[in-house]
Amino acid sequence: MTQELLTANHASALAATLAGRANRSARGFGAGVYPITPQTECIELLCKQDIEKGHVVRVESEHSAMAVCIGFAIGGSRTFTASSSNGLAYMAENVFAAGFYRLPIVMMAVNRTLGPPWNIWVDHGDTLMLRDAGWIQFYCEDNQEVADTILAAYRLGEDARVCLPVMVCQDAFVLSHTIAQTDMPEQALVDKFLPPLDLKHRISLQARTVGGLDGAHENELHRWQQETAMRGTEAVYAEVQTAFEEVFGRKLPDAVVPYRMDDAEFVIVSMGTTHSTVRHVIDAARERGVKVGALRVRLFRPLPVQALETWLEGRTRIAVLDRDLCPGLGGILWSEVRPLAPQGALVQGYVMGLGGGDIRPANIEKVLADLLAREKSERPVLLEVG
Amino acid sequence: MDRNCNTCEPLLGGTSQTSADRAEPLLRAGNTNCGGCGMSIGLQFLSHAIADTPVQMVIPACCGIVTAGPYPYSAYGAPVVAATFASAAAVASGLTAGARLNGEATRVICWAGDGGTYDIGMATLSAAAERNEDILYICYDNEIYGNTGGQRSSATPYGATTTTTPLGKDVEKKDILGIMAAHRVPYAATISLAHPEDAVRKLRHGLHAKGFRFLHMLAPCPTGWKSEPAEGVGLVRKAVQSGLYPVYEIFGGRDLTIDVEPDFSRDALAQYFEAQGRFKAADVDLDRVQRAISENWMELRRRGRRPVTGKFERVSV
Repeated sequence: MTQELLTANHASALAATLAGRANRSARGFGAGVYPITPQTECIELLCKQDIEKGHVVRVESEHSAMAVCIGFAIGGSRTFTASSSNGLAYMAENVFAAGFYRLPIVMMAVNRTLGPPWNIWVDHGDTLMLRDAGWIQFYCEDNQEVADTILAAYRLGEDARVCLPVMVCQDAFVLSHTIAQTDMPEQALVDKFLPPLDLKHRISLQARTVGGLDGAHENELHRWQQETAMRGTEAVYAEVQTAFEEVFGRKLPDAVVPYRMDDAEFVIVSMGTTHSTVRHVIDAARERGVKVGALRVRLFRPLPVQALETWLEGRTRIAVLDRDLCPGLGGILWSEVRPLAPQGALVQGYVMGLGGGDIRPANIEKVLADLLAREKSERPVLLEVG
Repeated sequence: MDRNCNTCEPLLGGTSQTSADRAEPLLRAGNTNCGGCGMSIGLQFLSHAIADTPVQMVIPACCGIVTAGPYPYSAYGAPVVAATFASAAAVASGLTAGARLNGEATRVICWAGDGGTYDIGMATLSAAAERNEDILYICYDNEIYGNTGGQRSSATPYGATTTTTPLGKDVEKKDILGIMAAHRVPYAATISLAHPEDAVRKLRHGLHAKGFRFLHMLAPCPTGWKSEPAEGVGLVRKAVQSGLYPVYEIFGGRDLTIDVEPDFSRDALAQYFEAQGRFKAADVDLDRVQRAISENWMELRRRGRRPVTGKFERVSV
């Protein structure tokens, strides 16, 4: 292991490079890349790498970036791309296509609000827009986790029992442009961790059509195969965690990351770096004797339903922080977590930190005060932090 | 058919399978194409050109992929990736680069209609051409969004009625070969279904040449053109004879060769328009068409190897 000072963007590019090289004994590595703030530094660094049996295509749009990955992947190569915000919106058609083709493409996505109006800062609305695309989605909390999750994403997505693309999400600027000490593993360890990709349904010279017409019955079965694969993902992920720790000597975080939950009566649920701020507030509240804990939903697709139900069991008040907005509904995380809360628990959604609004401890304190003072819940409320 | 006409070439011995052909046709029996579909004929030509060359095809959402039929069947006698509408050239870029990384001789072919080429796929196509990807891109141009029931595309010619131009299209089609040649790709050519020897020669060259190769094929669509299915090849012949559809090739984006010399027959032009129901509703100004042909040929002559002496004025037969 080498300790390096890296932004999460650079850590992502290096992780993809390591994973790409690790497939040199198989069908190599391909990437389609296109710039967008705040992801650009990732693909810039990738373009400077010398990857044995690897090729990076500099395309004209995100739509084509994913299409190039589809071409590489359908031929059996390991693949990578990165995007953000409107780039993901523009790419969306092929993001879904990659899911339907069941190609284990890995994409690093920097979470940035959608526009116009233009704003380059963090919220999760861009990747949450793609939550139904048939991709596994991880939301990370620090740079190390971003790099580690990219490596793990290949092992997980390429597992024949899973065979799904994986999106590794990180918060714009908070991680993408923030330099932190990061352990980048040596190639030999990555080679040990990542078996060569053997995609069973890659095309060769056999005459068959991939992605052609589907009748209604074939379509429902193909779609349900995606669901079945998703439901089996968590069990495979547990194996990946074990293998990861064996090879690299550090833990890969769980699908749902708890903080001081042991005797917690109240819970604050969030995703990404919001959880870092939440943890500080929990510490302060604990000193005041408030029995509050926190959960970070790291794996959002598949939604770790059972883990969330187990963690929420017996808690009386639950705040769900959404760094996203689904107009007409409120928060997406709230809408997904609420049905998993125990009966009788008060679940309140808070929409906050849109467009990069800086979520500070004082804002989370306000959430906690509101949660504890409430007589009943209501639809998600906007908590202005800007 | 006038066999002495200089636009007519000796026909190949039919376009069916021969012993020199690949083990199975590229377009198998049971495909869903309409009778008289020009694209079907083009695929038979391509089948000849491919012979035993290992190929992989990328076909965007269009008639060309519908014809493969439903899962798990495929009417294609070759591996096919069904790409999203705008993505053929980009998917093929990944596929061909992956084959190259693995030292495979596979030739990657995009087979796309005019909608996926002139319109929605234009940016993708342009970018792949600029990168000089090792792809043979073939556009079968039926001058219409056929798969969706016949809407205008930017390849629809002046005067043609479609479901979205009920009074006839009032502007000319794009000069796709000019656009592709301007990318200075190694090879760009037009293919006439009425000139199979020339067509198969170009398909062979296109298949084996390196870098980005672009072939354009005028593909009659009896359904959309409202023409007799049996007359498709004859219509193409008239288009070539009248100068409406020039048959030529461009090497390196500049070196232009005219392969079939038209006689610029006004009668052939008139017959081409009369034989197609799509031109009935609009009051097509044939003089306007003729002027466009003349201007186009002036340009081709200037750029071509042959001197500017050929006939391009009206000729009455």
